[in-house]
Amino acid sequence: MTAGLIALWAILHREALRFVLQRGRFFAALVRPLVWLVVFAAGFRAALGLSIIPPYQTYITYDVYIVPGLLGMILLFNGMQASLSLVYDREMGSMRLLLTSPLPRWWLLTCKLIASTAVSILQAIAFLVIARLWGVKLPWSGLAFVLPALFFGGMMLGALGLVLSSLIRQLENFAGVMNFVIFPLFFLSSALYPLWKMAEASPVLARICALNPFTQVVELIRFALYGALNTAALGWTVLATGVFMAAALWGYDPARGMAQRKGPPADA
Amino acid sequence: MTIKTAHQGGAGIAGIGLSVEQLSHAYGARQALDGVTFSVARGTFCALLGPNGAGKSTLFALLTRLYASRAGVIRVAGHDMAATPRAALARIGVVFQQPTLDLDLSVWRNLLYFAALHGIAGKDAARRSEAALQRLGMAQRAKERVRDLNGGHRRRLEIARALIHAPDVLLLDEPTVGLDAAARASITDHVHDLAASGLSVLWATHLTDEVRAKDQLVVLHQGRILADGVMDEVTAGRPLRDVFLTMTANPPTVAP
Repeated sequence: MTAGLIALWAILHREALRFVLQRGRFFAALVRPLVWLVVFAAGFRAALGLSIIPPYQTYITYDVYIVPGLLGMILLFNGMQASLSLVYDREMGSMRLLLTSPLPRWWLLTCKLIASTAVSILQAIAFLVIARLWGVKLPWSGLAFVLPALFFGGMMLGALGLVLSSLIRQLENFAGVMNFVIFPLFFLSSALYPLWKMAEASPVLARICALNPFTQVVELIRFALYGALNTAALGWTVLATGVFMAAALWGYDPARGMAQRKGPPADA
Repeated sequence: MTIKTAHQGGAGIAGIGLSVEQLSHAYGARQALDGVTFSVARGTFCALLGPNGAGKSTLFALLTRLYASRAGVIRVAGHDMAATPRAALARIGVVFQQPTLDLDLSVWRNLLYFAALHGIAGKDAARRSEAALQRLGMAQRAKERVRDLNGGHRRRLEIARALIHAPDVLLLDEPTVGLDAAARASITDHVHDLAASGLSVLWATHLTDEVRAKDQLVVLHQGRILADGVMDEVTAGRPLRDVFLTMTANPPTVAP
């Protein structure tokens, strides 16, 4: 085993152990989409009529429609939380430890990203199981396809979180990111309503929604759940991952990014 | 007013663990480090003494490559930090001021995780971790959660962890912060022993009682080095505390 793989395995193992030990985090991440599914979907079932659009081949109920969006929500919150916790001192210490490893920095950050994505996928699977028990009809055939879709989506949103963690020096709280990143990404997407519905209300907003990388993640997952590949969504997701990863590496480049900030490290 | 005394008895390049030449760093317009030059020979305990805000944390950020320096050269066991950063980092062990242990994981798990970050796994990692715990007399506590250890033990564990990959240089950034007097003395003793066994130790502090008469003393103030030499030669018989306060009390401002 090479040094790089040893480190990847160790980082994955650490993240998995922390995931198992921090049950509160797990339940919080699970309860959020479940509340949306059980309460929000019930309330809007009557209000939102849906036509047949790909990948659906028949009329679907609203709770079926929002499952991919809620899977995306799990990836989104987890990706942000995993990386933004780095901003806080508690986690910054372990990040500094990670960065003193003699392995290449891009590889260390990639390992970190893969590990947090793996945790997101576990939570997404738990959500799918509960949604199924709740009575949401999803084809079993899609389950094998949805795993890679979740992986690509998780990597993209995790990379976005890494960019933010490298740019934001100190956060007052999670609210700023909620307001300016998570809410716009989530609401300006196809997670809760199909884009044609949005276009009826505002073509401009619909355009913005279509450009939102989170929309691409949600559509990638939506098609994958029915065993179909949305090539365009996959392409945009991979492209966005590349862009965010490059920005994160720039942010964590010791000669740039953090060092440009006007101040010594947090523990000065 | 820089005081220089001879302290590295004929040490050639081979005898130097850590060397810093003309290192400068600025945050915007504020100069945090200005032409810092010193070196630490193998087997030497070097105390980096400076008041808060002297530039110690910036220096540590540069030495651990959290930031890269634009002016100056850092060499670790002969490896240039700018040209061959990975080779240089591989020769450094670091104990940060902030705790970096995973509190909910076991002592053993923490050691293995760190070993893996340095590419060490399997039997080799187990052997090195076991040796580290033996040195600490903590072999029977390997399965305990770090959260259940007291502050002194946690710090000793971090020091042991920093030595798993057998580095040439050990950096410690105010490692005794938050510890009681007994733990502080014991850790200071422990690291002096480590230096005596051949490591180059750089120990940042603002507490004068942690420095011993035969230690190398580097005084950093407002980003510049005010003194570099054997402690009792720098102080010339006066108490270090007084010398330090006088040195860093730049008129008209009074340093803390």
